[in-house]
Amino acid sequence: MTILTTLIGTVAFALIAPVVGCLLAGLDRIISARMQGRVGPPLLQPYYDVRKLFEKESVSVNSVERTYVGCALLFAWVAGGVFFTGGNLLMCVFIITLSSLFFIMAAYSTRSPYAEVGAARETLQVMAYEPMVLLLAVGFYLAAGTFDVGDVLALDAPVITTIWLVFLGLLFILTIKLRKSPFDLSMSHHAHQEIVRGMTTEMSGPTLGLVEIMHWCENVLFLGWIGMFFVWGNPLSIILAVAVVLAVYFLEIWIDNNFARVKWQLMLKSAWAVALAAGGVNIAFLAFL
Amino acid sequence: MALLGFLIVFPLVVAAVLLAVRGDGARNVIVCASAIIIGAASVVLVGSNLGTQGVFFEFSSLALDFTCTGVSVVIVGIILAFAVKYRNLLAGALALVQLVGALVLEFVFAHEIEVPLGLYFDSLSLLMTFIIGVIGSGICVYALGYMRDFQAHEPEGAKDRRPLFFALMFVFLSAMFVIVFSNNMEWMFTGWEVTTVCSFLLIGYTRTEEAIANAFRQIIMNLAGGIGFLVALYVCAIQLGTFSFVEFIMLGVADPALVAVAVVALAFAGITKAAQMPFQTWLLGAMVAPTPTSALLHSSTMVKAGVFLLVKLAPVLLMSPVPSMMVMLVGGITFLLCSFMAISQSNAKRVLAYSTIANLGLITACAGVGTPEAVWAAEFLILFHAIAKSLLFLCVGTAEHHIGSRDIESMDLLFDRMPRLARFMMLGIMCMFIAPFGMLVAKWATLVSFVDMDQVALVIILAFGSAATFMFWAKWLGKLAGIAGSPENVEVTVHKTEWAALLLMAVLLVVACVTLPLISTYLVEPYVTSIYGILGQDISTDNLWIASICVAIVVVVLFAGMGGSPKTRKVDVYLAGVSRGADERSFQNALSGTSVATARNWYMDDVFGEKRIAPVGVVFNSAIMVAALVIAAVAPTLL
Amino acid sequence: MAFASKSPWVIHYDGSSCNGCDIEVLATLCPGFDGERFGVVNTGNPKHADIFLVTGSVNEQNIGVVREIYDQMVEPKVVVACGICACSGGIFHDCYNVIGGVDKAIPVDVYAPGCAVRPEALIDAIVKGVAVLDEKSKALKESKKRGE
Repeated sequence: MTILTTLIGTVAFALIAPVVGCLLAGLDRIISARMQGRVGPPLLQPYYDVRKLFEKESVSVNSVERTYVGCALLFAWVAGGVFFTGGNLLMCVFIITLSSLFFIMAAYSTRSPYAEVGAARETLQVMAYEPMVLLLAVGFYLAAGTFDVGDVLALDAPVITTIWLVFLGLLFILTIKLRKSPFDLSMSHHAHQEIVRGMTTEMSGPTLGLVEIMHWCENVLFLGWIGMFFVWGNPLSIILAVAVVLAVYFLEIWIDNNFARVKWQLMLKSAWAVALAAGGVNIAFLAFL
Repeated sequence: MALLGFLIVFPLVVAAVLLAVRGDGARNVIVCASAIIIGAASVVLVGSNLGTQGVFFEFSSLALDFTCTGVSVVIVGIILAFAVKYRNLLAGALALVQLVGALVLEFVFAHEIEVPLGLYFDSLSLLMTFIIGVIGSGICVYALGYMRDFQAHEPEGAKDRRPLFFALMFVFLSAMFVIVFSNNMEWMFTGWEVTTVCSFLLIGYTRTEEAIANAFRQIIMNLAGGIGFLVALYVCAIQLGTFSFVEFIMLGVADPALVAVAVVALAFAGITKAAQMPFQTWLLGAMVAPTPTSALLHSSTMVKAGVFLLVKLAPVLLMSPVPSMMVMLVGGITFLLCSFMAISQSNAKRVLAYSTIANLGLITACAGVGTPEAVWAAEFLILFHAIAKSLLFLCVGTAEHHIGSRDIESMDLLFDRMPRLARFMMLGIMCMFIAPFGMLVAKWATLVSFVDMDQVALVIILAFGSAATFMFWAKWLGKLAGIAGSPENVEVTVHKTEWAALLLMAVLLVVACVTLPLISTYLVEPYVTSIYGILGQDISTDNLWIASICVAIVVVVLFAGMGGSPKTRKVDVYLAGVSRGADERSFQNALSGTSVATARNWYMDDVFGEKRIAPVGVVFNSAIMVAALVIAAVAPTLL
Repeated sequence: MAFASKSPWVIHYDGSSCNGCDIEVLATLCPGFDGERFGVVNTGNPKHADIFLVTGSVNEQNIGVVREIYDQMVEPKVVVACGICACSGGIFHDCYNVIGGVDKAIPVDVYAPGCAVRPEALIDAIVKGVAVLDEKSKALKESKKRGE
């Protein structure tokens, strides 16, 4: 039964998330432009970009790069499917990590010096945010009594009331996961950085298009994690969750436009310190009191 | 019962024959045939007893008890001979202590104690039987080709010790069967000591200075652990009047204070055998041994004897807080710190060694928690770690002989140079650290069982340790994944026996991952229910099946979806300027000369270096163990 | 419908320019003129770019680089010569080391003269280039359909 639900959820997520993610990305570019005193592109610009990428000639540096990227996209969809059908949060976390691993391997497989540096940094980024993500799942479990995301709908109060510290920790690493400055070490959406385009240096045309779609889906999933904190038995809470998600997204854009990229040492130390302080303290509190 | 006896005695016979056979051809035939027989017998035993709640056999013999004592004396004799030859005082002294201890035990305290039900098996033993019988004999087959290359790499005129090598491997298999089938703790102890001395002789196989030094480090630490085991035997003989392991556990569950000292001592023995910090150095040193030894003794089986003992003790640990706390903390800290240190290593075998210690730490921590859920997780960790790690060790061994290095940096482009081997290696690595493969499913269950027991420290340790695990495996995987040009394929000279063993491990791995829910039902759950009476499983079967499906997808992609000629136009990599040769990444530099872009992995030695991290674990864990011993000895009633 | 014209990503290479044109190229993308209104993004990576903006003339040192960037761009692609030096060599045309305009190295689709080239001229040039891009994109699609 769960398997069937997850399958249907995955297909639905694969259809809906790119649309939502694309609109969010367009919004991001307009808001960023306004923050910089520009008009910015049309809302559908990310859509035009990806359509153009699929129109380009199909070239690659080796025969496996696109297979890896395809796997990364597929597992991002599965992770989304698991999450939005109310499945197991840990399962979702693990599968999205698998997706990141495939993306990392795609970058490594090209053997471009720039992509290799990007991939090594991405690996480090995963190491930086992974503890907080696992503690997020544990915190959710302690607060809701289950790992199943769907069960939040039966709660009397949203989990934010008990694990607000974990929420703050998640906000911190969300910047890494959304690839926003100051933590966009492995690849940046902005031009002119020291490693050309990091992990996507060698990906062009349709392959790059797949990567873009993957990012849209990932963003939707991560914002879903944010929304999860604010949903409870009351159906109106969904509206609250959407409002919070939009506010958090705006906050991330604001951070993106206001901070310069940091070095990896600072990223690793700060992310681990936050995980230990926010996640650890909150979980200890829940476990012992 | 005939099958149990056969599994114990047959390898010994093979070993004796192998010691006499000097020809390559005859040895190949004997090893292959007996490996198939042992493997088949193990599979039959496991297959015909699926779902068993434990079967006991009436079997006891005074003569066997004396034989065991005799074997102990021989072992001590061997160690003493080496200690005298290489002037190692400590090893000699420890061996003497053990000799006296064993003799006094047998002739003063134990000669009246009889264990009627001498042999047994339950589902946990069957799991171990499968690992020893199938994986162990697979490794023996692999060793045939490997040792031929190994001998060819030795300097001219070096003595051919291969008969001894293979004899020891089979003696070792027999000893492992003794450990998992014996209900009589004295026999178990003998098997325990035999594995120790096999490991000692195999580490020192090359007789170089380094090998001898590391062998002695191993024997000293494991003799200390053996003395721990002996202390437990004394307690059993004097206080409890029985050597039956099952009775011991039942008594322990009923009255933890009564067995406190024995449990701590046994746990100490298990911890040394499983190379937990502060004893991790012996396993690292053991990597000088030929690779099949590392695969068999130092990752898939012998060190598993340590955690096997701890998992067996889990129900007692659940009831007694102090030993439980000791086992949990020692395991957890070892997991965390060894995962960190693995990041700083570039020698593939050392990475594998650190990862082995770390995973053993996790199993140890599970045993310390002791709930049904934790035991469920621990059993899966044992199984998947055994298969995946032996696959990885065998891959590294083959790669070493064909690319001339065991450094991960030298494995650049392995995907092209050794396409099949690289895929096997990637499969093994992925199984070690990434969902939906078995190891991670087991870690998932571990995490849930820690949370359920409110072990906040262990949850945090697991979160950070897993992150470090991701780092060191992913960067190795990245090294393997690189593709550029078409370098020469160097894997055509790999021996057939090596391929056979590698294929066996890879197939086992995939089958085990895909059929995880079935293994859970037929092999793991029966043990958990037979011990605790209730079933503890944290992951719903539906989720397990989702994981299985994902495994199938990844495996298909890895082996079928890659390779072949690209359907799209192939282009060169971007080198920002004028490239000279894109395959080797050379470009025109500022002086119009040629430069080559090179990239090494990150090792972050100043953050995760051994020098920085190892002392922390050694001090911390030593303190914990001393404290636990003192409390158990002084105030068992507090427990 | 061709999407190439809606998302012209550019890469900018400074051949041997005096930096006058380079500043103007970047000014085109800055708030004053905001090229991103039309989807223009400066990528810095030939594999992602559709339009190649070259400033300055071609000489013995940089001709290889210009050719390599052009070769690594993925079809369909367009080259815009920005400024008079890139068009013809400009005031440097008779220097001992200068070969000439960019068209001496690679095929140029649009010439944007000026010393330095004005952002307005540049935007015009990119719009012209985008039309060429659409044509090429269509041609590519048809050749794909024919199964070439």
